[in-house]
Amino acid sequence: MNLAAATNENLAHTSNVLIYSSMAVYTLAFFAYIAEWVFGSRSKVGRTAAALTGAEGADAAGSVKVQVAQQGGGTAVLDRPKIITRAAAGTRDVPDGPGAAGGTFKGDLYGRMAVSMTVLAFLVEAGGVLARAMSVQRAPWGNMYEFSITFSTVAVGAYLVLLALKKNVRWMGLLLVTTVLLDLGIATTWLYTDSDQLVPALHSYWLWIHVSTAIICGAVFFLGGVGTLMYLFRDSYENKLANGGEPGAFAQSVLSRLPSAASLDKFSYRINAAVFPLWTFTIIAGAIWAGDAWGRYWGWDPKEVWSFITWVAYACYLHARATAGWKGRKAAYLALIAFGCWLFNYYGVNIFVTGKHSYAGV
Amino acid sequence: MSNTKSNPPAAEREARDELDRENARELGAAGSRLSTAPSEESSAGLPAMGVIGWVRWFWRQLTSMRVALILLFLLSLGAIPGSLIPQNSVDEMKVETFKKAHTTVSPIYEKLQFFDVYSSVWFSAIYILLFVSLIGCIVPRTGQFVGQLRSRPPGAPKRLTRLPAYTTWRTGAEPEQVREAALAMMRKRRYRAHTAGDAVAAEKGYLREAGNLVFHIALIVMLVAFAFGQLFKSEGGKLVVEGDGFSNTLTQYDDFKSGSLFDADSLAPFSFKLDKFTGTYERSGPQRGTPRTYEAHVTYEKGAYGKPQKSVIRVNEPLVIDGTKVYLNAHGYAPVVSVKDGRGKEVYRSPVPLLPIDNNVTSTGAIKVFDGYRDKNGKKTQLGFQAFFVPTFAGNGKGTMFSQFPAADMPVLALNGYQGYLGPDSGLAQNVYQLDKSKMTEFKDAEGKQLKQRLLVGETMKLPDGAGSITFEGIQEWASFQISEQPASGWALTGAVAAIAGLAGSLFIQRRRVWVRAVRGADGVTVVEMAGLGRSESAKLPEELADLAVALIESAPPRADAGPGAEPDSSPEPDSDSVEESSEEPAEGAEK
Ligand code: HEM
Repeated sequence: MNLAAATNENLAHTSNVLIYSSMAVYTLAFFAYIAEWVFGSRSKVGRTAAALTGAEGADAAGSVKVQVAQQGGGTAVLDRPKIITRAAAGTRDVPDGPGAAGGTFKGDLYGRMAVSMTVLAFLVEAGGVLARAMSVQRAPWGNMYEFSITFSTVAVGAYLVLLALKKNVRWMGLLLVTTVLLDLGIATTWLYTDSDQLVPALHSYWLWIHVSTAIICGAVFFLGGVGTLMYLFRDSYENKLANGGEPGAFAQSVLSRLPSAASLDKFSYRINAAVFPLWTFTIIAGAIWAGDAWGRYWGWDPKEVWSFITWVAYACYLHARATAGWKGRKAAYLALIAFGCWLFNYYGVNIFVTGKHSYAGV
Repeated sequence: MSNTKSNPPAAEREARDELDRENARELGAAGSRLSTAPSEESSAGLPAMGVIGWVRWFWRQLTSMRVALILLFLLSLGAIPGSLIPQNSVDEMKVETFKKAHTTVSPIYEKLQFFDVYSSVWFSAIYILLFVSLIGCIVPRTGQFVGQLRSRPPGAPKRLTRLPAYTTWRTGAEPEQVREAALAMMRKRRYRAHTAGDAVAAEKGYLREAGNLVFHIALIVMLVAFAFGQLFKSEGGKLVVEGDGFSNTLTQYDDFKSGSLFDADSLAPFSFKLDKFTGTYERSGPQRGTPRTYEAHVTYEKGAYGKPQKSVIRVNEPLVIDGTKVYLNAHGYAPVVSVKDGRGKEVYRSPVPLLPIDNNVTSTGAIKVFDGYRDKNGKKTQLGFQAFFVPTFAGNGKGTMFSQFPAADMPVLALNGYQGYLGPDSGLAQNVYQLDKSKMTEFKDAEGKQLKQRLLVGETMKLPDGAGSITFEGIQEWASFQISEQPASGWALTGAVAAIAGLAGSLFIQRRRVWVRAVRGADGVTVVEMAGLGRSESAKLPEELADLAVALIESAPPRADAGPGAEPDSSPEPDSDSVEESSEEPAEGAEK
């Protein structure tokens, strides 16, 4: 074995060690998130906020100081006028829950630790993906193992970016880390493939474009899917309360701490709508690549079919939101179906269906 | 937001609902024409009498959002069977195998056109209906949108306080002055603005609607381009041995498929010659034997008298000549053999392409000597050999005659021979690789067993009784090419790019209206009111309104006695949720 091959072997080994280490750190984060939820359940705030109201739909949005540049170069601080906002007619005006920590000090502490550990695990995992890429000297997306480790890295990355942008997503941490552990567990046990080169059909810069956007879409669609799922739970919880029902203690404790159904709905819509153009692009990029590699742009190969189905399903969801009688829960079910299609395209088609996209390497 | 409020009693709730309805009525006018989405109210009503009534009703149904939604859903549902059941358009062999294995369901599938889902009647019906619906939707929406662009944004509603975002202050400036300043400020920010009565009405974000229309039109362009491409496309395969060539006429193809409107005269005139094929393979590791590079070195000529040019065709890099693409499809080995007849005369010398049967390029095929052969008595007859070739032989005594590696490291050719009548020299591609032995007798060795022998390069197998010999002279490689022309793919690509651009506009741009009212209050002081309305609740709208207010305050400074945000408020802390939303999020969907 020559020197370069030995280095690559070492890098591949390093990559594996990093992936396993990240799993260990994710596990720690998992327990910290659990602690956050557990301590949060003892919170008074959590319970009182659960007594939902449909109060006057008027809320004051910020009289924030804004800096205004003056002639001559100086700046003056102006009071920004107070803007009165009002919920749209017909929507329930329910405040967001206080988050997993439920406003408790201890819960918040564990929550912060969990986020820090998620950041650390993300860095370690990203290092693992990078080492893998260096060991094979190509984009690390040649088989399902590589696809899976990149997928979870991107999903966590997207979550951290949303956190950094101060979006209300910390409640998602536990579900995310659980899924990531599941994904990595499957990747390292069943999908593992030794690092190696690609078959000639995959040698193309379209690999970088098409597969990277596909992974980003999947990872972000996943976040949207989690939002949608929680919307459904929270929405039935709010409905129950509004009709004078009494939710179970567990549902009460957990769901009362989530953002309001309206916020969750808006969150998942924004995520899905933001990714939809990218998904459209991914499919088109794939068609162009197929045109170069196989001599036809579109051949109804199973992978192509399911990408198309996923695309149409998301288009369906977007239409449903613009159609009277389909907003809300029905649209949410469509969004979940759409994400289900994406998942099947990713796991199902690679494993159960044979087609030209035969790089699965399972 | 952790403000705690108690559950209101039912009466209060009813009062609030009434208020909501009143609000909605009042906002109706101000919020009208904020989109061109078809309204839904007509879909429930039964049609008026008469044929025209029914046609109208049907058309209205077809072009409603609800039916578009259902058709979209059906389209995705209908695509599923094609991914699970083998398709004729993808692999006819697989379909045959499936039919043999599933004799009960196959006739049913056949009836339902499940082996040709994407060209089936029902699938076509779904997408044709969808596209009719789409056109029926786009045309009126485009008209409405043009109308909206021509008209002015509607005037301010009576009570601006009812709008989703609102602010007010008192100023020393004159109302006319404030309105003028507001008009100038709005226009500078590229709002379409005008003064209507005591208020300035302004609107922005028309690109959202434009983007949406562009997206839907682009879908039609893509479909038409795709359909056109299917009708006029041509696609064929050709196997070329190193040193041989191909010229683009119908007769040269091994197999050829074309769209129903294709005209053979439209084949682009060109020719090429395969100079050399090289393949490299992974030499070590668990993926030993996996192909790494395939390269076909060719010399091609455009038109009848073009000058020869060199090029390399790789798997992802077709050669493009006048819109026709030449793809590298597959490759294999063509052992060169020579045959001497009973009189010792060489009657055959040619590379014989063999078909690979596994990943290590174990290959099989047939060698056929049609003409020129005479046996030792000078009688004319024909020879046939079954050939089995391995590029890398395991070694004598290793039992298996299967190749160990795809490169030609230790090539071995195994042959057995026949004599007699080969059948008509029809030249059908698939027959080239098979021997029809019905009118042939096999050569036997001294012990009366079938004559067969493994040959290394340069070795010769003698045929019994002075019937001549066959020699394994060397190896050439062959490559097979797919030559295809798909017209209108440029249009499809243009449509695709337009679709993405339109979609981005449609999803990321928020269409919104802002009103500024300035009137003299009862005490003679000017009161400025500003309010904003979007397609839906948007966290960005209050932000933007605040920005606009700050800009306007420069020319309409608040009076000292009543600062900005005049109402006294007990909770001066900023509402974090609204402020923190950043600006790259898409505008909300149509929620009226
Ligand atoms: C080929 C099938 C179609 C696809 C893939 C498709 C896809 C989309 C997408 C992705 C959007 C963006 C959603 C948004 O702005 O929130 C949209 C919006 C829209 N579509 Fe379609 N569409 C199709 C057919 C139709 C048809 C047949 C109609 C007419 C009935 C229609 C009417 C609309 C309208 C009115 C909107 C705007 C909704 C809004 O303003 O938010 N679409 N469509």
